[in-house]
Amino acid sequence: MIGMLSLTLNGLKLKNPLILAAGIMGTTGGSLKRAAEGGAGAVVTKSIGIEPKSGHSNPSMVEVDCGYLNAMGLPNPSYKNFQREIDTAKEGGIPVIASIFGGSADEFSEIAGSLRADAFELNVSCPHACGYGAQVGSDPALVEEITRAVKSATSAPVWVKLTPNVTDINSIGLAAESGGADAVVAINTVRAMAIDIESGYPILGNRFGGLSGRAIKPVAIKCVYDLFEALEIPIIGVGGISDWRDAVEFMMAGARAVQIGSAVGDNINIFKDISSCMETFLEEKGWTLDDIYGMAHEV
Amino acid sequence: MRPVNAVITKVVEEATNIRTFFFDTSFELIPGQFVMVWIRGVDEVPMALSYDNAITVQKVGPATSALFELNECDSVGIRGPFGKGFDINNGRILLVSGGVGAAPLAPLAEKACAEGAKITTLLGAKTKDELLFRKRFEAVGKVRIATDDGTEGKHGYVTQLLDDEKNYDQIYCCGPEIMMKKVLDKVTPSRAQFSLHRYIKCGLGICGACCVDGLRVCKDGPVFSGDVLKRTEFGVYRRNECGERVKI
Repeated sequence: MIGMLSLTLNGLKLKNPLILAAGIMGTTGGSLKRAAEGGAGAVVTKSIGIEPKSGHSNPSMVEVDCGYLNAMGLPNPSYKNFQREIDTAKEGGIPVIASIFGGSADEFSEIAGSLRADAFELNVSCPHACGYGAQVGSDPALVEEITRAVKSATSAPVWVKLTPNVTDINSIGLAAESGGADAVVAINTVRAMAIDIESGYPILGNRFGGLSGRAIKPVAIKCVYDLFEALEIPIIGVGGISDWRDAVEFMMAGARAVQIGSAVGDNINIFKDISSCMETFLEEKGWTLDDIYGMAHEV
Repeated sequence: MRPVNAVITKVVEEATNIRTFFFDTSFELIPGQFVMVWIRGVDEVPMALSYDNAITVQKVGPATSALFELNECDSVGIRGPFGKGFDINNGRILLVSGGVGAAPLAPLAEKACAEGAKITTLLGAKTKDELLFRKRFEAVGKVRIATDDGTEGKHGYVTQLLDDEKNYDQIYCCGPEIMMKKVLDKVTPSRAQFSLHRYIKCGLGICGACCVDGLRVCKDGPVFSGDVLKRTEFGVYRRNECGERVKI
């Protein structure tokens, strides 16, 4: 059946619920377009800030036995140099969501008020950026203030991406919802580290970073499951999805849509592959997307 | 993979500011593939393998300067080889090399020769002393030389030696981007392969920092066929560490 994976999320029409995650192939309009050609339902850009930033020194990403460790350090060309990349990405024919970061509500609103995108995703969850990301996103009051400020700066939907590196993710999710967020995205990477035993040096240039990939999927599933119980707004699940079963599992936990990150490295057409397998699965089961949405909460 | 510990066994001074570092570790490589070289505590940078156990480096910035401080018995961390190397044609082939662009082309020449290819190399450098791997290229075929200052061969750019491209089944090119763009504009794009250099962060095809439009230099490249590059920003601009466009 054509279109069995299509959905409307915050007014955005998605041909499938599979979204390219922030920080993956997201610096150039051309690379975002390529993810669109690979079958993505929408794409999220690299996190964009106020000023150009070169990020942490390398190594900034390394494969470990259970996933990937990264500390990019929010490299970005600043919003002043980014509109044309978004415009190029739009040629892919799918919604383009701008991921943005700042150190204060004012910085977030300055960026959201200046860029044209189909939605904004607020990065209050990067685990290794001093003064940004999770340092902002661990404080419910700040998250609410920033969300409210961005909501008043733009008419586009606003998503808030949450960090799992907190005691109670629901309190941050609720703060985003109170601030007027249209959806939350869970989760960003899990704080982690690797050390080179030949020399004793931490491998990442930033010494520590965030873990993505297979290892964090069960952590993310639990976060999505908990947020689904607590929030009214939709949840977009992300963390360790590498095949269609993972995507289905996230939706059963309560995700309206999912984002795919690390797994794009080995297969940029993963969106197409997951879509067709999901369709087959749903057909065989006689289910719709609505049927599996939050299914784990009903059984 | 985590970085593999590679101990330096020999350092060869190839020219002013160009050195080859041999390691105790060999890599199974397709010529053109690269490794990420981690100078601990400083930075990690992409480098073409110039032998199956060596890299050849030009001192250009802080990371390569730190590498030049290292001697025999010191070690670096190495991840890789990564990416797509040269597709080897065993007919009549032409190599076009500029400066340290010879690093990936020399092992290509040796492998292609072993497979029966007839090789001609156009070797270019700023000056005579910087004609990298001249003997390696001469050992496997014909070599024509150009130097910017006229100290050897043609006085001018190596691209000026490119006059009979139709006689070759495949052309292989590595060097400064401006030179490669000139080559791309002169030859039949589908019969030429180019090894690109970009700022690489993850090396795994994930972060997108090295993208030339939608092409990932670290994963889809660093070697690309000319017809793929024709439609891109190659030779027009690159991205710096922040992702800003910088004119070539």
